[in-house]
Amino acid sequence: MMQAFTRLTGNILVLAQENIDTDQIIPGRFLTATNFDDIGEGAFADWRYDDAGELVAGHVLNQARARHSPILVGGHNFGCGSSREHAPRALLGFGFRVVISSQIADIFKSNAQNTGLLPVVLKPEQHARLLQMDAGEITVDLERCCVIVCEESGEQHNWPFTMDPFARHCLLHGLDRLDFLSQAEPAIQAYENGI
Amino acid sequence: MVSAPESQPQSLFDKLWNTHLVQAQSETTPAILYIDLHLVHEVTSPQGFDLLREKDIAVRCPERTLATLDHSTPTLPPDKDGRRPYITEQAQRQVQTLRNNCKEFGIELHDWDSPSRGVVHVMGPELGATQPGMTIVCGDSHTSTHGAFGALAFGIGTTEVGHVLARQCLLQNKPGSMRINLDGRLGNGVTAKDLALYIINHIGMNGGTGHVIEYTGEAVRGLDMESRMTLCNMTIEAGARAGMIAPDQVTIDYLRGRRKVPQGEAFEAAAEKWLKLASDPSAYFDHEISLDASAIRPTITYGTDPGMSVAIGEMVPVAVNASQQKALEYMDLSSGQSLAERKVDIVFVGSCTNGRISDLRATAKVLRGRKIAPHVRMLVVPGSENIRRQAELEGLDKVVRAAGAEWRLAGCSMCLAMNGDIVPPGKTAVSTSNRNFAGRQGKGSRTMLASPETAAACAVMGRVAGVSEVESTQEGE
Ligand code: SF4
Repeated sequence: MMQAFTRLTGNILVLAQENIDTDQIIPGRFLTATNFDDIGEGAFADWRYDDAGELVAGHVLNQARARHSPILVGGHNFGCGSSREHAPRALLGFGFRVVISSQIADIFKSNAQNTGLLPVVLKPEQHARLLQMDAGEITVDLERCCVIVCEESGEQHNWPFTMDPFARHCLLHGLDRLDFLSQAEPAIQAYENGI
Repeated sequence: MVSAPESQPQSLFDKLWNTHLVQAQSETTPAILYIDLHLVHEVTSPQGFDLLREKDIAVRCPERTLATLDHSTPTLPPDKDGRRPYITEQAQRQVQTLRNNCKEFGIELHDWDSPSRGVVHVMGPELGATQPGMTIVCGDSHTSTHGAFGALAFGIGTTEVGHVLARQCLLQNKPGSMRINLDGRLGNGVTAKDLALYIINHIGMNGGTGHVIEYTGEAVRGLDMESRMTLCNMTIEAGARAGMIAPDQVTIDYLRGRRKVPQGEAFEAAAEKWLKLASDPSAYFDHEISLDASAIRPTITYGTDPGMSVAIGEMVPVAVNASQQKALEYMDLSSGQSLAERKVDIVFVGSCTNGRISDLRATAKVLRGRKIAPHVRMLVVPGSENIRRQAELEGLDKVVRAAGAEWRLAGCSMCLAMNGDIVPPGKTAVSTSNRNFAGRQGKGSRTMLASPETAAACAVMGRVAGVSEVESTQEGE
């Protein structure tokens, strides 16, 4: 059952590097598990741990705030690479609920939507603003499809984003897409009869 | 994206999309797309099968589902007691889980005892399971490979694997379309791998995002099926959903007589239909670009994404942004440096990009009568067991071994390094696979992507080099 997402106010965590690929998000050696239970432990493992297997001191992902920052702001073209659903699952397991970027790779985006991680694509200048902020609290509202940012200067932004209506509907209500497909069974049968 | 009405000129992609619609896309719901072939492997399927058990649903079309063992599997042979050298118990358990799932749900699995077992995207076409006009999915992004046959083929996540197992359908919004026209002919010694790297360099690693790419033009028509598969395989590295090439006589000749295609007259009837799949002359594409294929030279990557490549012999380009700078640091290279100075530690020939028989022949051609440099470790891993046997029949294994390289059993191996075949930290690998992401081939690994012939040349010279250098400095047989 997918966790529903309506609105979230929380801290952002910025990983500004462009093209953060799925091998960075969850390295291949973590893919031998047959369930997703502990997948969060492998999130960004090659960034968080050194060659001796020790935590890299000072890495933003190893700071205490990382686990209390549910909104990941990633560099342009986030999630490129493989179709491994382990990638959004690892981010969820680590504690993220939202990924924001100026571009998010196709398969990663659909995997995220399927697993309850909200992918948000903002305009480049808005995205750049968040990268600069580096930390701080924002609100992501899926009901109104907008990101609300209050700057230290008191200036408030309300940035709309677009989202596939069906994906939004499923996320808002925590609906399982398989149930939707199952309801189409008569149409599937009719299609097969016509092949 | 709104699809063209049926009476209008249609692209290959439009035709495949329209003929597989169980339910059209609406304002509020995605299309329901029927899937003709579902390929399955051990890594991305266990949780998909769990979903079925959770909901008490059977696999809807076991006959449209085909499974293999490739990612977690050792490429070294079993010991004298028949035990395979799995990297971990968990890897072995993953393989056993697929075996159990296939048994429980009645799915054809190419297990260790199958003479056809191989990397999923090598095995499907080889068996003739991959056919023009099909929709094909797999929990693996390089499913784009099958587009070489004029199929609509793309990678899906594990939840979607569960959807296809349960309902043989997928929920999809129609992607945009893009045509890449490749004029001219590839020069001597220039391969489909070089072509693919050139295209990604040109359009960028996100240049295809949201789109299905159709490749057309003289250079594409001139490619054999194995080269077409290499090109479509790498399409995902440009961020595209899928890559495809219209079926022609080359496609039909490749498929005739394969195990899973119709036989005899039925095949000829199917072939006639397949030839009609080509895009109509005035079909609409959201984007079109043309490139001159004759300008392409043997190519190698120097960064940490497949778009960062140069022709062999060129200098490392100037980093244009922080990400590229970071990539150069990771690779321990600097702008303006000559790549020919770069020592190579490991060479990997294999994967669903370049693990086919023509790739192994090209490798052996460079290695024949030569030795790899003493400090180089080279692995040659056939894409399937069929290919391995064919290569051994031709004596390619002997050439490889005589040169000092290792000859392995079929599998993904060092392409994603989850089976124990890894590149150690800090070492440089020239690899015929498809991704050079940081750590892809093992934590701290530095990967340079190239064609099999270039990879073999690098192994012989012990540094980054092209085939012509090997030929001019070393006598072959
Ligand atoms: S060879 Fe590499 S890219 Fe191909 S299926 Fe295996 S792991 Fe994926």
